[in-house]
Amino acid sequence: MTDILAVTDHRRGELRDVSYEIITAGRQLANETGGDLHLAVISGTVDEFAEKLNREGVDAIHTVDYGEEFNHDVYTQAISQLYDELAPQYVLAPNSVNGLDYAPAVATQLDLPIVTDTIDLETDGETLIATREMYGGKVETTNELEGSAVATIRSAEWPQAEGTGDAAIEAFDADIDEDAIGSTVNGFEEVGGGDVDITEADVLVSVGRGIEEEDNLPLIEELADALSATVSSSRPIVDNGWLPKNRQVGQSGKVVTPDVYIAIGISGAVQHVAGMKGSDTIVAINTDPNAPIMDIADYAIVDDLFDVVPALTEEFQ
Amino acid sequence: MKILVTVKEVATVEDEFEIEGTGIADQYLGADLNEWDDYAIEEAVQLQEAGVADEVVTVTIGPEECEQTIRQALAKGADRAVRIWDDSLEDVDLLDVGAKTEILSAVVEEEDPDLVLTGVQAGDDSFGATGVSVAEHLGYQWGAVVNHLEHDFDDAASVRRELEGGVEELTEIELPAVLTIQTGINEPRYASLRGIRQAQRKELDVKALADLGVDESAVDAELELTDMYEPESESDVTTWEGSAEETAGELAELLRDKGVAQ
Ligand SMILES: Cc1cc2nc3c(=O)[nH]c(=O)nc-3n(C[C@H](O)[C@H](O)[C@H](O)COP(=O)(O)OP(=O)(O)OC[C@H]3O[C@@H](n4cnc5c(N)ncnc54)[C@H](O)[C@@H]3O)c2cc1C
Ligand SMILES: Nc1ncnc2c1ncn2[C@@H]1O[C@H](COP(=O)(O)O)[C@@H](O)[C@H]1O
Repeated sequence: MTDILAVTDHRRGELRDVSYEIITAGRQLANETGGDLHLAVISGTVDEFAEKLNREGVDAIHTVDYGEEFNHDVYTQAISQLYDELAPQYVLAPNSVNGLDYAPAVATQLDLPIVTDTIDLETDGETLIATREMYGGKVETTNELEGSAVATIRSAEWPQAEGTGDAAIEAFDADIDEDAIGSTVNGFEEVGGGDVDITEADVLVSVGRGIEEEDNLPLIEELADALSATVSSSRPIVDNGWLPKNRQVGQSGKVVTPDVYIAIGISGAVQHVAGMKGSDTIVAINTDPNAPIMDIADYAIVDDLFDVVPALTEEFQ
Repeated sequence: MKILVTVKEVATVEDEFEIEGTGIADQYLGADLNEWDDYAIEEAVQLQEAGVADEVVTVTIGPEECEQTIRQALAKGADRAVRIWDDSLEDVDLLDVGAKTEILSAVVEEEDPDLVLTGVQAGDDSFGATGVSVAEHLGYQWGAVVNHLEHDFDDAASVRRELEGGVEELTEIELPAVLTIQTGINEPRYASLRGIRQAQRKELDVKALADLGVDESAVDAELELTDMYEPESESDVTTWEGSAEETAGELAELLRDKGVAQ
């Protein structure tokens, strides 16, 4: 039997989608050897969250009513104590920014191996087989871990659990040691505002590191002008200060769903794809035929952007 | 204040490559300083220039061949470097988070810094976990995915953690602490010629596991890499062929069909 303890994710009063996905991942893993799926709901309005998370396949929901927002020390302590109480084979956490702020600490505290950012998980009860990517998505690997382990799951890889469950919802009386809490969250701030809202655009001409230099950006701007489109970008362009933050598409930027998204010199790392995969038509211009962006593109030109982009601009002038 | 920065030489892969066993064949691999670590080095050097830090030490686990990459950190202003290598690491396919934690923690204990900066992730195997794991192992505080650090602190660091969707968390973290540094936190400098020359003379200490009191068993990764393959493409992408004018023409036609620019 392989029991699973899956930890859910919320922020500022809202459950995040990965919380429903982790139910599916946990249920699949538990099914392989007929184990129970336990959910942990830590901090915030735990009872309200627990009601929502009570979907098909969940056996028990353990709530830890402590504080409003995420604090990694609270999470680490609560999960370690739940682990000691429930003795699950696997602890699953989201591979979110917060997941990466506590899952490695949980593994270290419990002296368990950890595998992060998994996209598939299998077990025979003894060995966990985890699939994950390397080299920015160019290859996939399988990895084996013996015995109990911590795994984080990539978002949007498992479907969200549906239906209504009949899980037992129980308050877990975690013994949180306040002296061991070494960080304090003082608030949140939304960034990336400003006059341009790329989420409103019908056509996005999006530029990535393939553009090489800031001086080459006018090439992209001219194309966008010719198409009456809006310019957006991948993260490195914003990191370099070449475009403002409000142009960034992706996990830490904006989620966009234009009619047409033209990705120019963008490799298609998972954090970028998270922000644009819902676009109606995706066009990729990239010299690398194996770039991960090709997996989600509808149309592709495998060629040098410095040749293709000016030719395309000319078509519309 | 003393700052330790962990740095890794990461493997880069050419566009076209072949897989041999559980790795990419050597001739398709290149090497580079991990992008995230470059930002961590810059942050440490800036703290030194601001008078907050008085020493910046880098540490890497890697073979002799990576010294050139590691010296880049010295050329950018780090004071000295420690490189860990050991015969027992020679045949390890993939150093997992647990193994890295044991080795790096031993160095942190020996150096006793107030602040440890790591990258959010290594660009090649991308565990995104080493920094937080080291912190917990040593009883340091930590913060993951930091994209802003106030430069006037003594016993606590004010940081911003970059969450998803353009939201930043404002957090106060007691020292000593490990921060995992996100790209964009600063503008990494290029090493000057003078810096590069000076770097050749800076101390680069090579240590084996025994020198750190780490048992060889620490490198027996619990995570075993069993297979590597190119992901099966689920795409039904239409790839236009021909000269740039021809492919641009095809794309232009598609765009006109979709009502773009009319
Ligand atoms: C926590 C976290 C959050 C992140 N959030 C985001 C996010 O919100 N958004 C985001 O974009 N990234 C994000 N990233 C970064 C992400 O992992 C990638 O590093 C980034 O998306 C890479 O950007 P890129 O595709 O422009 O660059 P690269 O990956 O360097 O790709 C450049 C591409 O250009 C192609 N190219 C080069 N020259 C040419 C040419 N002459 N003609 C045509 N093509 C060419 C190359 O083949 C390559 O595919 C995040 C990472 C982390 C760890
Ligand atoms: N071999 C290594 N030597 C030194 N530091 C490393 C090594 N591997 C990882 N790190 C550090 O840990 C960070 C996160 O790596 P990872 O958890 O492997 O994604 C990197 O940005 C480095 O700062």
